[in-house]
Amino acid sequence: MGHFLFNVFALFTLVAALGVVLNKNAVNASLCLLLSLVGVAGLFTGLEAYLLAFLILLVYAGAIAALFLFIVMLLDSRGDARPTLHKLPIAARVLAIGLVVSGFVSFLARGRLPEPDLAKLPAVGANLKLYAYQLFTTYLLPVQILGFLLLIAMLGVIVLSKKFDGMEDIK
Amino acid sequence: MIPATLNGYLAISVALFAIGLLGVLVRRNTLVVFMCLELMLVASTLALVAFSRFNGTADGNTFVFFILTVAAAEVAVGLAIIVALFRKRQTIQIDQLNALKN
Repeated sequence: MGHFLFNVFALFTLVAALGVVLNKNAVNASLCLLLSLVGVAGLFTGLEAYLLAFLILLVYAGAIAALFLFIVMLLDSRGDARPTLHKLPIAARVLAIGLVVSGFVSFLARGRLPEPDLAKLPAVGANLKLYAYQLFTTYLLPVQILGFLLLIAMLGVIVLSKKFDGMEDIK
Repeated sequence: MIPATLNGYLAISVALFAIGLLGVLVRRNTLVVFMCLELMLVASTLALVAFSRFNGTADGNTFVFFILTVAAAEVAVGLAIIVALFRKRQTIQIDQLNALKN
């Protein structure tokens, strides 16, 4: 993929991400999140990680962003009054934003990693067999831990969304 | 125009992460804060895939699976917490959720 498509997808992703931050309405913000994820999937395609691009679309854009939309509509949140920096923690916020900005600037100014020649490198992302091989050999234990994590998350969600009788007086 | 090189991809990743962090700091709606957290996770996966592609090793790509799964679990639990919170307090604005203060 050429530089042009990379720039298009990069711009698309960043603009949509800014839309998430700056939109007053939570519904619009979650739709912007969806667009941003589509842009990231495009960038993944540029890196020849086709499976991951598909997974991002399927899991993130298809499931997670849709879940966000459901919850936003369920909670009927009227959006908040303009993103603002206010009150006491303002010093902390200014410090944090300053750190982020200075990190970004210093990365742009001095973060020059050596550029390898792409033609010599194998396109590992396009090799589906390699994913399966790694998941079932090198990363077998993390995969099993992830299984437990999902089980625990599922149980946690069931407990959280169930109504118990004795819980009403906890304020 | 940014060239589609390793540094270019990393710059996009850093910018996406910074935007996500900005959203976490600035927004007052818990749901939007949560969306910005997701943006930060996606930015980190972008860096991983870029490193994987430009190193010729597949480990970075495999790690994306793990991040994706953790993000899915996190979203499920987080949204359940937010819904439970809304049931209890009828608000999800961060500055009104100050029961632990004082």
